[in-house]
Amino acid sequence: MATDTPLPEGWELVVGLEVHVELHTATKMWCGCGTQFGDAPNTNVCPVCTGQPGALPVANARAIEDATLLGLALAGQVAERCWFHRKNYFYPDLAKNYQISQYDVPLIHDGHLDVEVELADGSVETRRVGIERLHMEEDTGKSLHVGDTGRLHGADRSLIDYNRCGIPLLEIVSHPDIRDPETAQAYLRELQAIVRAVDVSDARMDQGSIRCDANVSVRRVGAPLGTRTEIKNLNSVRSVGRAIAYEARRQVAVLEDGGAIRMETRHWDEGRGVTETLRVKESVTDYRYFPDPDLVAVTSPPAAVEQIRARLPELPTATRARLLEAGLPRPQAVALVGTDALGVYDDAVERGADPVIAANWLVGDVAGQLAAEGLELAESGFTGAHLSELVRLIDDGTLSTKLAKQVLAGVIAGRGGKGPAEVAEAQGLQQVSDEGELRAIVERVVTDNARTVDDIRGGNTKAIGALVGQVMKATRGQADPRKTNELLRELIG
Amino acid sequence: MAELTELTAAQLAARLSAEEVTAREVVDAHLDRIAGLDGVVADGDIWAAKPAAELGADEPHAYLAVTAAAAREHADDIDARRAAGAALGPLAGVPLALKDVLTMRGAPTTCGSRMLEGWVPPYDATVTERLRAADVVVLGKTNMDEFAMGSSTENSAFGLTRNPWDLDRVPGGSSGGSATAVAGLMAPLAIGTDTGGSIRQPAALTGLVGVKPTYGTMSRYGLVAFASSLDQAGPFARTVEDAALLQSVTWGHDPRDATSVPGAVPDLLGGLKGGVAGLKVGVVRELQGEGYEPGVEVVFAAALERLADLGAEIVEVSLPHASYGLPAYYLIAPSEASSNLARFDGVRYGLRVDAPTAEEMNAATRAAGFGPEVKRRIMIGTHALSSGYYDAYYLQASKIRTLIADDFRAAFEQVDVLISPTSPSVAFRLGDKTADPMAMYLNDVATVPASLAGIPALSLPAGLASAPDDPSTSLPVGLQVMAPLKRDDVMYRAAWAFEQATGFTPEPAGPRAVATPVATPVATQEVR
Repeated sequence: MATDTPLPEGWELVVGLEVHVELHTATKMWCGCGTQFGDAPNTNVCPVCTGQPGALPVANARAIEDATLLGLALAGQVAERCWFHRKNYFYPDLAKNYQISQYDVPLIHDGHLDVEVELADGSVETRRVGIERLHMEEDTGKSLHVGDTGRLHGADRSLIDYNRCGIPLLEIVSHPDIRDPETAQAYLRELQAIVRAVDVSDARMDQGSIRCDANVSVRRVGAPLGTRTEIKNLNSVRSVGRAIAYEARRQVAVLEDGGAIRMETRHWDEGRGVTETLRVKESVTDYRYFPDPDLVAVTSPPAAVEQIRARLPELPTATRARLLEAGLPRPQAVALVGTDALGVYDDAVERGADPVIAANWLVGDVAGQLAAEGLELAESGFTGAHLSELVRLIDDGTLSTKLAKQVLAGVIAGRGGKGPAEVAEAQGLQQVSDEGELRAIVERVVTDNARTVDDIRGGNTKAIGALVGQVMKATRGQADPRKTNELLRELIG
Repeated sequence: MAELTELTAAQLAARLSAEEVTAREVVDAHLDRIAGLDGVVADGDIWAAKPAAELGADEPHAYLAVTAAAAREHADDIDARRAAGAALGPLAGVPLALKDVLTMRGAPTTCGSRMLEGWVPPYDATVTERLRAADVVVLGKTNMDEFAMGSSTENSAFGLTRNPWDLDRVPGGSSGGSATAVAGLMAPLAIGTDTGGSIRQPAALTGLVGVKPTYGTMSRYGLVAFASSLDQAGPFARTVEDAALLQSVTWGHDPRDATSVPGAVPDLLGGLKGGVAGLKVGVVRELQGEGYEPGVEVVFAAALERLADLGAEIVEVSLPHASYGLPAYYLIAPSEASSNLARFDGVRYGLRVDAPTAEEMNAATRAAGFGPEVKRRIMIGTHALSSGYYDAYYLQASKIRTLIADDFRAAFEQVDVLISPTSPSVAFRLGDKTADPMAMYLNDVATVPASLAGIPALSLPAGLASAPDDPSTSLPVGLQVMAPLKRDDVMYRAAWAFEQATGFTPEPAGPRAVATPVATPVATQEVR
């Protein structure tokens, strides 16, 4: 676990999470601009998303549908009728100086998420975290502050990139049901897995397509809720756990010292492992919410909701259960859920690969190879067909495990252009298992190593390994180890 | 033969399609009149209006910018296509003045504000696009109250606009520039925008037909928002038929405006001349009497008689909540404006007053860029939306709005159209009401109920009345015709019949007026 020391006896941690998810719709929330991450600044912009005078928003129906799908995956209730409101505040990267959001009636309310937390004794406990609401809004642009400080204050000038401005954003607010950092992390991981399962976002924390703020307070067990602080700048699941644990210990220390917790926003410093005051909330900001007169109500009649519900794919809880049932060890099952690898796994198994072997390859060597090359699975061209073929080649003795790893590397290096059999062929990596060819080599090794053979015959059976090594050397590692062993035993007697 | 600038759009269109005149000749005739009269520096591709301080008392200042080169180029292109036998629209080659609140590529859009001085929009409003597609030639952008906030066009940052009937009087507002352009024969047609009466009231004060179509039928895409739930573009013309022709080529569903009414819009021209015999006309009890000038009431009473003579059945109806319309409007519109105008912060376009921090830059820019009326409304609106006041102001006003819409719905169960005076007064003198915002707001008392309900409403000339402060000056009085949602066709039919019976083509006259032919006196005529 990432979070070391627990709180002192008698204290309880209370955490609620606010998660923002950027939808990966083809176009933005209110206009036809693209949503690609990493394009040159201000290339995916138009009069609407840069807030030009006179431009008007039109809601992206696909985004509303995607949000509804996610809401249903989170066991939420869909509002039959809801509205977009304007949240008014001035900020340089907010094109209109109001954010279109939702206020009194969110698209989705009253959902929950069941998270599985592995306890110290290895057992698994399911904990339910309530979801208060899921509402739709729009992302802001990004500011880049040029100057000594790198922050707004003290910058010589600021540059603004509006590419992100208007990308559909969901805010998912949990109830303060979380009592330890591990559950917060599990919640976030599970949410990520669900978002990917329903395929509405890449949910990548490193690219900001899923972002998390934590509301943290502590109290003596049984006491009313304490004053909370909001922690920002949590850029990985690990940071979420570390920051919550740190903040909880800090608050307990302050309170035990007779101090008081201020209602404030705190910034997590990943490098130093501490939270620091960002701004104090002396009064509640008045956003002057009112219904956006440029937009019309969103209506979700029950029949339409049921149509969307029918699109729900298998969700992570069910997937995990299925994988465990197929015999996968829990870590493998957990690792596959919510990733692209699951699709490759399912495909390979459908093509006849052994589930456990397929999973081991994906979670182990495939993941390792991708990490080494800095690739996403989708970019690598490695498919379920490749995986099933690889497993088959091992199974029928064409490839040893060692050779299979080389073949895998070759498939990925070629971005899937050639399958395992083709790669093996092209690189001459076939295992030598031809009885006649191998027998000749083994006979020569036996003849050339008479002393070792005598040793073995004298009872030092371990020495057979040295002969296997010689055979491997002679075949440049391509001899079938099982057959080599059989032949050696046969010839030595 | 009458001057080209004196012809109606329909007359021009007929001559253009008969090839008796070219679009270029029509456009040049109007550009010549503008150059000689309006107070522009007729130089270069775009003629700018003179700075306010240099404008003469005889220069009406309808235009802020005249897109002379583009207009001539468009006219030449139309003539070439006509010569080549291409099929052209019914208004092809007819010139038009566009209120400076609608965007048009290649020309500045200022909204009458320093805040947007020099801003050239990167896109066309849908209305502009449709005008272009119909080959209506845009002559230029017209003056207006800053961000359409006002009823006299005295709130423009670039100087006031004068009424062609009496250059010492206001043309109404906020679309005063468009009204003066058409009444002053500097364009046969104009587009204005109406939020609480900004087309109808200036039409009334300058003797024109001015129309606020059903909310959601004229796309707001490219209309710089004042109050989004109320703003609607619409035509100014000298005849009902011209207005119907212009509305016909510009209205209809637009997928870029989420509040655009889906489905087809009614045909305005087919039944235009059907007459009013048997039509039930409701007189709104609450929109007359106290606060209306006696001269206005006399003309209105005569209008009722004329409608009865035409065979309409006149009944009195009540809109019980109409008297709350003005206060509700002056909460809802500023509330929306306070948010709509937040984007003018010096970051992306228009004015920027530099300051050490972003926040200070925002504040300095807004302090320098907005005029007093705009600031007043932003403050009212910000207050009305504030937590603790929202329920008492914005929410309460929204409820009144619903009640007013219900009132209209009930009234239209009894009658086909409703009528009232458009404005409680004739054109008042420049400066008369600038010191008293409440007096200015009262100009809108008869026009805001239809705005709040979203129904179509039109003003057309009903006759002349003496100015209360100068009995020797006769000024136009407007009759407002209102119809149920999406029944703009019925509204036009009633207006056309009345117009024919009145036989009244008001044209400015008198020593302080822009020189044009003398007004025809009010006369009663049979419907043709």
